[in-house]
Amino acid sequence: MAITKRSSTALAAHRFEYEPAPEAIDHVSIAPRYGLFIGGKFVEPRSGKWFPTINPATEEPLSEVAEALKADVDRAVVAAASAQESWGRLKPSRRARYIFRISRLLQERSRELAVVESLDGGKPIKESRDVDVPLAAAHFFYYAGWADKLEWAFPNRRPRPVGVCGQIIPWNFPLLMLAWKIAPALAAGNAVVLKPAETTPLTALLFAEICQQADLPPGVVNIITGAGKTGSLLVTHPDVKKVAFTGSTEVGKLIQKAVAGTGKHLSLELGGKAANIVFDDAPLDQAVEGIINGIFFNQGHVCCAGSRLLVQESVAELLLAKLRDRVDTLRVGDPLDKNTDVGAINSRAQLEKIQGLVESGLEEGADIYQPPCELPAKGFWFPPTIFTNVSQSHRIAREEIFGPVLSVLTFRTPAEAVEKANNTPYGLSAGVWTEKGSRILWMTERLRAGVVWANTYNRFDPTSPFGGYKESGFGREGGLHGLLPYLGLN
Amino acid sequence: MATAPSLLHLGSLMGGVRSVDQVAVEERAASLGKRSIKKGSKVWALELAIRMMDLTTLEGADTPGKVAALCGKAIRPDPTDHSVPSVAAVCLYPSLIAHAVQHLRGTSVKVASVATAFPSGQTFTTVKVTETREAVAAGADEIDMVIDRGAFLSGGYQKVYDEIVRIKEACGSAHLKVILETGELGSYDNVRRASVLAMAAGADFIKTSTGKIQPAATPAVTLVMMEAIRDFHRETGRSVGLKAAGGIRTAKQAVQYLVVLYETLGPDWMTPDRFRLGASSLLNDVLMQLAKEKTGAYQSGDYFTID
Repeated sequence: MAITKRSSTALAAHRFEYEPAPEAIDHVSIAPRYGLFIGGKFVEPRSGKWFPTINPATEEPLSEVAEALKADVDRAVVAAASAQESWGRLKPSRRARYIFRISRLLQERSRELAVVESLDGGKPIKESRDVDVPLAAAHFFYYAGWADKLEWAFPNRRPRPVGVCGQIIPWNFPLLMLAWKIAPALAAGNAVVLKPAETTPLTALLFAEICQQADLPPGVVNIITGAGKTGSLLVTHPDVKKVAFTGSTEVGKLIQKAVAGTGKHLSLELGGKAANIVFDDAPLDQAVEGIINGIFFNQGHVCCAGSRLLVQESVAELLLAKLRDRVDTLRVGDPLDKNTDVGAINSRAQLEKIQGLVESGLEEGADIYQPPCELPAKGFWFPPTIFTNVSQSHRIAREEIFGPVLSVLTFRTPAEAVEKANNTPYGLSAGVWTEKGSRILWMTERLRAGVVWANTYNRFDPTSPFGGYKESGFGREGGLHGLLPYLGLN
Repeated sequence: MATAPSLLHLGSLMGGVRSVDQVAVEERAASLGKRSIKKGSKVWALELAIRMMDLTTLEGADTPGKVAALCGKAIRPDPTDHSVPSVAAVCLYPSLIAHAVQHLRGTSVKVASVATAFPSGQTFTTVKVTETREAVAAGADEIDMVIDRGAFLSGGYQKVYDEIVRIKEACGSAHLKVILETGELGSYDNVRRASVLAMAAGADFIKTSTGKIQPAATPAVTLVMMEAIRDFHRETGRSVGLKAAGGIRTAKQAVQYLVVLYETLGPDWMTPDRFRLGASSLLNDVLMQLAKEKTGAYQSGDYFTID
């Protein structure tokens, strides 16, 4: 079946050009410089070092943040340790009150947080506004509810806090990952030292202001900024009893090595190469939406992104034709425009990584499709990309690209779909699209993935545990399970 | 003796009609509803909405006088601003066609008539055919028929199909819009099935609703019909139009429908030949928004003629 492309010139009169619809930013003020948030106050770094954070859509600097080195990490851990003693002994319902207060403040300041998230990270405002910030607030609300019910959560056990938690979060969902880390830790009576990613520190620093507004006891939450070196100092600090990390598998392995034998608790949420599996009886038009959401949501900077599309051969041609038509309608550009679907790539380094893997796909003989779209001259951009004729052995089918790049493979039978889906060192998530309920259950029993979505994709809820198998890590975040990494159980 | 089905039939038997996922389609329609359409693009969309409008009156109390007023409004929606285009058509009951024809002669506004025992369709096929023929003879350019939902819901697809074919024949050169009455079909799967059936039977347009049943048009149901149209075009090369009718009262809703249309069927469908909005009270809200975009201020309702 041939794909007929619309002729554009004859129809120019019918083209619906959306005028720019930029989100207002006049209500946001970003300080020229942010120190470290330690003991309830912003302090100058003892390292004396600062580094800029830029807007990836324009490459213009937004602010300057401190680089925490040894003395600063020590200071933050000491502050956390001294605060934890009283925080852990505080009446649980009072702890809950602080956490509820934080959630309310996140809601109150949601417009500001959404704008800063998009400015600093490059994600479309419609995502930061409708997904990141509301979900972050929902996580605090949810875990606030657990704070005084821990004994009921784990009956006949005596839950107690683990102490100071060192938490390191990635740049793809800065505020949301902060919420995933801090909310359960505080509910369980721990104090935290959190390090946001070096390219996206700003919402974490706004969160520090929110902790002040909430009158949170000083030292319960400490935010230190820096890159890999800061992270390594935090992870290896002897008074950090629990390490939680979300990020790449490569760094996750280094952390696991570093904490081996120290007795520290560890949870890791790492990379993925999820299979989104479409059967021939699936509701195809909605499956197309799920595929688009699976790989182009947040420019594909999603650890559970549906980066491998496995489609049953009998519908592959039709599905791909629909997918190409749909990709053509994606609006790539200014993250602050309310109509933008795909924003900027988070950093130059990430852009280069994506470019390198896409080149390998071409070299290894896959066919590429990219819609005609104009990319801004400045900033970091990559067009939505679909690779067809991909085989399991191609790098683009095995390695995590973490960008808007989809690899399409086909299968003939459900057994082959399972085999291909599981044939990866990762195991974070998977999607199954079929009208047949029994087949969904059959597939979920066999897929080695922490999350399996049926007839939907990238759906998150604070009550639902999230985490991986194999090289995608261990430990769960969200739900009752999300409390476990932050508690000792007698 | 049974014979082997032709390849064509085999294809349709094996393929079936695609199912629709309710949650996902409603989510998609809602996400398109969040598009922010500003300034120039808003004015463009509002003027297009007027050009796509079937200005409708379908009441037992309709009179020649009411039709005369409606036709005046259809030709010149805003007497104070001649740059505002005429609507696409007026839509009324068959007994009033002759009056509308008289008022609309020499203008671009078409006469659309409902037929086939609108809105329920519960009468004899012969009566429906006769009604359609008479409506065309009286001067209707477009016929809005209803499908036999009773037959459809009891599995009598062939009966529904045959009836549409016969009405299409009776239409002659008049355009046929087939009303599915989606509010009575019960599921998006059925909406999609009825869309395919109507298109295969020869519909020039498929239309959501009579406006007499709730829910009438919704962005999600319209999206399902658009997807059916897109697949039908892909398979057969024939472009079928779509009319969303019932419950569209505000300019904002109208623009949302145009967004869904644009991002699903694309620029080829952004024309009154392929998309219509059936409405009775929408026009003045669109005029009010247009005036606001042009003058920067909202006027009171008294500055817009009621018909």
